[in-house]
Amino acid sequence: MKRIMTIIPLLLALLLGVQGAYASDAHGEDAKEESGLDVKEVIFHHLGDGYGWEVPFSHVYRIPLPVIVRAQDGNWFCFSSAKLSEVTVYEDESTGKKEETLTPVVHVAERDGKKYYFYIPHLTQHKTKVVELLPLSADADADATIKGTHPHEVADAATIDVNGKVFDIYRPFDISITKNVLALFIAAILVTAMVMSVVRFYSRRGLKAPRKGMGFMEMLIDFIYTGVIKSSLGAKANKFAPYLLTCFFFILTMNLLGLVVIFPGGANLTGNIAITLVLAVATFIITNVLGTKHYWKEIFWPDVPLFLKFPLPIMQMIEVFGIFTKPAALCVRLFANMMGGHMIVITLTLLIFIFAAFGAAALGASVVVSVLFTVFMLLLDVLVSFIQAYVFTLLSALFIAAAQENGHHAKDGEGHDIEPSVEA
Amino acid sequence: MELFTPDFGLVFWMFIAFVILFLVLAKWGWPMILKNMDQRADTIDKGVEYAQQAKQQLDNAREEARKYMEEAQARQAEMLRDVAKMRTQMIEEAKKQASEESQKMIEAAKVSIEQSRKEAELQFRNEVSKFSIEIAEKMVRTQMKDDAAQVKLVDKLLDEIEKN
Repeated sequence: MKRIMTIIPLLLALLLGVQGAYASDAHGEDAKEESGLDVKEVIFHHLGDGYGWEVPFSHVYRIPLPVIVRAQDGNWFCFSSAKLSEVTVYEDESTGKKEETLTPVVHVAERDGKKYYFYIPHLTQHKTKVVELLPLSADADADATIKGTHPHEVADAATIDVNGKVFDIYRPFDISITKNVLALFIAAILVTAMVMSVVRFYSRRGLKAPRKGMGFMEMLIDFIYTGVIKSSLGAKANKFAPYLLTCFFFILTMNLLGLVVIFPGGANLTGNIAITLVLAVATFIITNVLGTKHYWKEIFWPDVPLFLKFPLPIMQMIEVFGIFTKPAALCVRLFANMMGGHMIVITLTLLIFIFAAFGAAALGASVVVSVLFTVFMLLLDVLVSFIQAYVFTLLSALFIAAAQENGHHAKDGEGHDIEPSVEA
Repeated sequence: MELFTPDFGLVFWMFIAFVILFLVLAKWGWPMILKNMDQRADTIDKGVEYAQQAKQQLDNAREEARKYMEEAQARQAEMLRDVAKMRTQMIEEAKKQASEESQKMIEAAKVSIEQSRKEAELQFRNEVSKFSIEIAEKMVRTQMKDDAAQVKLVDKLLDEIEKN
C-alpha cells in the first residue's frame, strides 16, 4: 500500500511532466511588431536569464541589476546593467508613430588609465551575455569610435565588428546579479521567512495549535517529513531532514514564484539547468559522501553470480554508471519539466500573435483558445510545481536511504535499490 | 543551445544561496520545528491518553458508586426487613409476656379472691354460728322458763338416745 502511494505521484508526475506547464509570460507584448515576430527569440528570451528585470506593460524598460565581471587582466568591475542598453525613440516616417526600442550600447569603464569595453552582443556565440571587447590593435581611437554609439554587429564566431572597428571577444568571469540570481535570493529569503515564522510561532505560542497559513506550512512540513523522509530513512530521518526539507521548500518556492508573472516572480528558475544542477550535485554529494560501507560494497562487489562481476566488471560498471545517472536524472527531470511547461505557455500565448497575421477572425478565435489553454496550463503548473518539488525530495530521500543501508536491512529485499523504471 | 549549458554565474550564486539557506535553516529552522511538532504530538497524545484515562476512571468511579448504592440499598432493605422482623418478634414477645403477666395477676387475684372469700366465709360462718348460738340461747332461755317443759325435753332427748 505504501509502495502504491509512492508510485502514484510518480506516475502522475510522469504523465504530467510531458505536458506540465510553466509560465512567466507578462510580456506577450514583446511580440507586438506583428511583422517582425521572432517566435524563437521571444521564447528563448523568456526562458533564459537577463541582466535586467522586465517590468509589466513595457518591453524596453527594465529594472537594472548589478553586473559583476572579471576582465581579462584580472580586474573586477561592477556596474549597473542599465549602462549596457539604451532606450531610443524611433519615429515611423509613414505613420508618424513614435516607438521605443531597446538597443545595446558599449559600456566603457576606466581603471588605472586603461579602458575596458563591455557589451552584450546579439549575434555571436555569447549572445545575451556580457563580453569584454578587446581592441585588436592598441588603437587609441577605439574609445572615441564606440563610445555612446549603437554598435553595428557583424556575425562572427571570435571577433565582432563595431562600427567598422574589429574587436576580439572575451567572455569574462561573470558573477552578475542577473534576473535569475535575484529571483534566487528572493526565493531563499521567502523560504527563510516562511520557516522562521513557524519557528517564531513556536517560541511565542508554545505548543498551541497553528492556524491558517502557519497550519498550511506545518501541514506541508509534516507531509514531507512523515510521508517522505521518515518513511524512507527511518531512524536516520532527523539527520537528513534539514537538507530534504530545504530542498522541497526551496524548489517549491522557486516553482511557484515562476508562475507569478510580475516582478518578484517570473524568473524561469527551476527551468534553468544551472539551478537543478546544483541541487542534483548536492544530493549526489550527500548520497556518496555519507554512504555506508555496505553501499560501496554493493557497488564494487554486488550480490550477483560471479561471472557478472569477474573477470569482466559488468555489474561494477553498471553500478558506477548508476551513481551518476541518478542525480543526473534528478537534474534533468526538474529542469525539463519546468522548462517544457514554461515553453508551452509562452507558445500558446504567442499563437495569438502568429494567428493575428491571418486576419481578425483568426485573431479572435485564437485569443479565446489561447487564453483558455494558457489558464489551464497555468493551473496545471501549480500542480506540477508541487509534484516536481515532491518528486525531487522523494527521489533524493530514496537515493540517500539506499546509501544508508547497513546490510542487515537489505536482506528483507525491500527498498534495496530503486527500480530505474520508477525514476521517470 | 544556451538552455542546456549551465551558466557559471548562476551556478555560483545558486551554490552560495543554497548553502547559506541550508545552514541557516538547518541551524535555526528545521530542528526547532521538528522538535516542536514532535513535542506537540506527544502532548496531544498524552492529553488524549489522560482524557481516556480520566474517562475510564470516571466510568469506574460511577460503576463503583452504583455498586455501592446497590449494596447500600440491599443492606437497607435487609435492615428494614430485620427491623420489621425484630419488631414483630418484640411485639410478640411483649404480648406474650404481657399475657403471661396478666395471667399471673389474674391467678393471683383469683387466689386472693378465693382466700378472702374463704376468710369471709369463715368469718361469716363464725358469725352465723355465733348468731345462731345467741338465738338458740335466747330461744332456749325463753322456752325453758318452766320446769315442765324442761323435763319433757329431757325425756324426749333421752328417748331419742334410747332408740338409737
